[in-house]
Amino acid sequence: MSIDTERKLSTVAAIRRLYPYAKPAMPWIYAGMAAAMLAALVSLAIPQVLQSLVDGPLQQGDSNEIWLPVIVVLALGVLEAIMIFLRRWFVLHPGTRIEARMRNALYDKLQRLPVAFHDRWPSGQLLSRAISDLNLIRRWFAFGLVLIVVNVVTIVVGMVVLVSINWVLGLIFFVLSIPLWVYGYVFENKYSVIARRSQDQTGDLATAVEESVHGIRVLKAFGRGKEALRKFQAQAELVRGTEIEKARAIAGIWLWLLLVPDAIFAVSLLAGVWLASIGEITVGGLVAYFATATVLRWPVESIGFLLSMTLDTRTASDRFFEVMHSENRITDPENPKTIESPQGRLVFENVHFRYEDAADGTRDLINGIDLEIEPGETMALVGLTGSGKSTITALTTRLYDVTSGSIRVDGVDIRDLTLGDLRKHLAMAFEDATLFSASVRDNVLLGRPEATEDDLKEALSVAQADFVYELPDGLDTKVGEEGMSLSGGQRQRLALARAVAAKPSVLVLDDPLSALDVDTEALVEDALRHVLASTTALIVAHRPSTVQLADRVALLEQGRVTAVGKHSDLLATSEHYRFVISSLEDEQPASVDTTAEDIEDAVSIHTGTIPIINPGRSGRSAGEGGA
Amino acid sequence: MSVTGVEGEERHDLTKSESKQIRKRSMRLLGSLVSPMKARIALTATVIIISTGAQVVGPALIAFGIDQGLPAVVGGDAIPLVLVVAAYLLSGLAGALLIAWYTVLMARVSQAILIELRKRVFLHTQKLSLEFHEKYTSGRIIARQTSDLDSLRELLDSGISQLVQGGLYMVFIAGALFLMDWVSGLVLLGAVVPLAFLTRWFQVRSSKVFRETRTTSARVIVHFVETMTGIRAVKAFRKEKRNEAEFGQLVEDYRDANARAINLFGVYDPGLVFIGNVALAVVLLVGGLRVADGSLAIGVLLATLLYTRSFFAPAEELAMFYNSYQSAAAALEKISGVLEEIPSVPDPDRPTDLWQAKGAVNFADVEFAYTEDRVVLPEFSLDIPAGQTIALVGSTGAGKSTLAKLIARFYDPSKGAVTLDGVELRQLHPKDLRRAIVMVTQEAYLFSGTVASNIALGKPDATRSEVIQAAKAVGAHEFIESLPDGYDTDVNKRGGRVSAGQRQLISFARAFIADPVVLILDEATASLDIPSERLVQEGLQTLLADRTAIIIAHRLSTVAIADRVLVMEHGRIIEDGPPAELIAGTGKFSQMYAAWRDSLV
Repeated sequence: MSIDTERKLSTVAAIRRLYPYAKPAMPWIYAGMAAAMLAALVSLAIPQVLQSLVDGPLQQGDSNEIWLPVIVVLALGVLEAIMIFLRRWFVLHPGTRIEARMRNALYDKLQRLPVAFHDRWPSGQLLSRAISDLNLIRRWFAFGLVLIVVNVVTIVVGMVVLVSINWVLGLIFFVLSIPLWVYGYVFENKYSVIARRSQDQTGDLATAVEESVHGIRVLKAFGRGKEALRKFQAQAELVRGTEIEKARAIAGIWLWLLLVPDAIFAVSLLAGVWLASIGEITVGGLVAYFATATVLRWPVESIGFLLSMTLDTRTASDRFFEVMHSENRITDPENPKTIESPQGRLVFENVHFRYEDAADGTRDLINGIDLEIEPGETMALVGLTGSGKSTITALTTRLYDVTSGSIRVDGVDIRDLTLGDLRKHLAMAFEDATLFSASVRDNVLLGRPEATEDDLKEALSVAQADFVYELPDGLDTKVGEEGMSLSGGQRQRLALARAVAAKPSVLVLDDPLSALDVDTEALVEDALRHVLASTTALIVAHRPSTVQLADRVALLEQGRVTAVGKHSDLLATSEHYRFVISSLEDEQPASVDTTAEDIEDAVSIHTGTIPIINPGRSGRSAGEGGA
Repeated sequence: MSVTGVEGEERHDLTKSESKQIRKRSMRLLGSLVSPMKARIALTATVIIISTGAQVVGPALIAFGIDQGLPAVVGGDAIPLVLVVAAYLLSGLAGALLIAWYTVLMARVSQAILIELRKRVFLHTQKLSLEFHEKYTSGRIIARQTSDLDSLRELLDSGISQLVQGGLYMVFIAGALFLMDWVSGLVLLGAVVPLAFLTRWFQVRSSKVFRETRTTSARVIVHFVETMTGIRAVKAFRKEKRNEAEFGQLVEDYRDANARAINLFGVYDPGLVFIGNVALAVVLLVGGLRVADGSLAIGVLLATLLYTRSFFAPAEELAMFYNSYQSAAAALEKISGVLEEIPSVPDPDRPTDLWQAKGAVNFADVEFAYTEDRVVLPEFSLDIPAGQTIALVGSTGAGKSTLAKLIARFYDPSKGAVTLDGVELRQLHPKDLRRAIVMVTQEAYLFSGTVASNIALGKPDATRSEVIQAAKAVGAHEFIESLPDGYDTDVNKRGGRVSAGQRQLISFARAFIADPVVLILDEATASLDIPSERLVQEGLQTLLADRTAIIIAHRLSTVAIADRVLVMEHGRIIEDGPPAELIAGTGKFSQMYAAWRDSLV
């Protein structure tokens, strides 16, 4: 469902969509409502007893008759307390379960949504849905919904009581409390705008703080502390301004919340005493009126707040369903195939890929790739930044789906395998190594939890990750967000060990050695050679040393494979390959004043033997070339 | 053990005297923040006292209206009634207006305190040395300035107001009740005893349970964010099922803790109503008996009933105060600890100016150690003439970065002195130091804002053409032009996301525009692809022609543009000479160089 059609839903219909999650709790919520209703009626009954007491025994001076009404008041009071207890107790666990149920459902959905979805949605946005939005929804079910019903009934019953005590006084109460209803609602809306702004500005301030800490080396290196302070101060002043504006809004509602009831009481006092003097109302009636009005004060004040809470809950529920209704196109096939005896042959056939939201008229990011990797073969992917290397690796495990064409493993289109199966056959290591808050062991054995201790040790030694044995708790040391922080190189080695430990039939490595120093890199490469001898592998490589791990190299340009062959052959035949892979001290060092344009020219001139569509390097010139 | 500064922050076994020391320190901080605002605080206090008084007179006026006004009206005299109604309106208006004024006054006070504290902490953390930042970790420094300040804000914003307003309200009501009818006052006093027990129970339980909800919710959040940011790895390694189970457990833990927290209110709330209603019944009884025998006016009875009912209203908020007080006090203790840290690389008291730096760097008998037994750089001397380009090579952990950081004065040496053109860095004016010496590191950090503003960080008053010039010089111009908004692309926005290599190019441009006489590059080309690295190196040769440069790189390609190579091992310089000479020799460097040549094409 699109957001537009969701906006058109009425608030009631929008909230009703939450029903499946709330269903098991509903009987308890109704029970809570009943208890709350009873509590409210009891609190309204107490003034009635007072009236009969004042007009009866107290007028007559009969002390013996006082005991009974007092005991009734006491009993009603105790009953009210019990009912309030029950109201909360009934909804306590069912209410929190609604929240937990929705949170798990959201999380499960998010895990299954494709990477393309996560590219669009920053995790902060998702987090606020998972935490504060669901929190609000829970409070609305357990508190808001119950109180709306109960308070409205209380007000109606209370009005009837007031009018029955004396219709003039009842009318005064009703008419004069209208401003409070209106202002309460207006305030909540106004306040939520300021509160949101304050939240945003506080967030910006926190960002400024984070940057000043993460970027401390830069700030110190350039002596820009003063500028950073000035920027920070300006933002802090903004926050202060908004906070004071917020305080003004609160001051406004305080003013009304105190003034209106006092005005009602003052006018009622005037009218009540006058009515009493002409015998229209008894003294007991006056007492009952003021006591009842005191009871009604809170329900009346709360209506505006409850209404706005309901609107907020509607927004929260829209935000929740925005995610829940997102379409997931990367799913398991209906009739999955299996690979009987995995060999590890990986074939790309006329593969195209473009992001769904890519602008019209731009070329496909992957623009028709044909590539065959034989079982046991290691293929290196080489190309400039932006040529599509990482995208190809992501396509192999269906982090994204190809736009057209197909990728096959041992003859089976990867879209015909279940995702679980596919990802068991193919294991990846990423350049930006993600570690989870878990032990080193769990992180490395992520792809194959059933692996033996020996497999684990072997994988660690291939990745030269022996440093883990020196961590405080060795293999059981917790790493990740909540654990020890490791250096980029250490993280990368663990991520590599993770891919190796999974023992896949195809290993996909996206520049897995970029953060290692030269010595370690050499050691890892030596160890990897043994693993790669028997495993099909696709390796994104930036350095000549990594390329030398591969049997063959595929050269990527502009989303196409423009040459495939052995490293030495490509060096001999491809100018572009030499340009991409060979270091400064080439056989013919580039002249000192070479500019980017010169090199581009050189590329276009010397790549004549290789089918290149667009000689330009930047997206802009590519567009012009294609036009 | 000492608890000075941030030490002891993670300890839970503080002795009495240590806790006292820490409390004293945070009180001192609080005092220094509050004392400039004494007058404003006094005004705020006066306003709230008067306002509460005005709010409390209501029921007494109703009593007067019924007991005196009614008979007078019956007797044909409406004046007492009109007077009392006017007084009611007036007191209501005064109470409402004053409370509104108080709310704004209080916000001004607390915001003034917060902004002052924010500035102090920000400035101080900027002054603290890198050594401190590395030891204390960025996460904790950020927590001091965000979540800790938030709990302080919470206390000032609502906690204090609730305490003052609610507390005063209860005291005033009790006072009014005693004045009107001391017997009812005594009944109320009796009700305060169970109220105190109930509240104490609530406070003790809630401080424990709320801590649990915070820790359990933090775990939910960490797990959630880790999953979402690591979604590729989650999918690639089929962690979804296991995640579901783990997350489900965390959610259940949080739900459970949360339910217990809510349940505290589920007991406390009806408990309050119970105590209040019992007190009401007793007041009714003792009052009613006296009304019946004529010793108490009926209006007074009504007033005592209304007072008794309102007395318990603020109790819940008061009970909550303790929680916000506790977390704010803990926060303030930690913040005061950070503020107590003495910057180990302080600005000079009487700085020496150096208007025209040439770039000669000298290390005289320098030693660097974190602590006595952790010597990183044993004593050495080194002279770098102005204009020389030096390549610093050696394996990881050899001390290359430390040496470079001493030149940039990120650290001060433990012994000896580092000088620039003969002026000791410790004495050099910060502005001159930072203008003369710039260091570019591997982690090229970009601040939020545009590409242009990130480059201009090197020279805040730079014109656009200077920015473009700098970008061109380091070969960053082409890719910047191809970004959606060119130089005005926001680096954090979608489409503006730049790769690690591109970030490094931007940070090169930033250094280029700063135009320092001494440039330090610490692994600054590590993330570049080979063609870009080649471009940068070529650019560097022109850029470095008339400057002193210290270049650290794993890949020995750098050496080609160096005048001199320093080979480091275990914190010592073991070889020192022109590259050609060292390559021709038989030392460590010639071996490294040969191995590197082999790894090339």
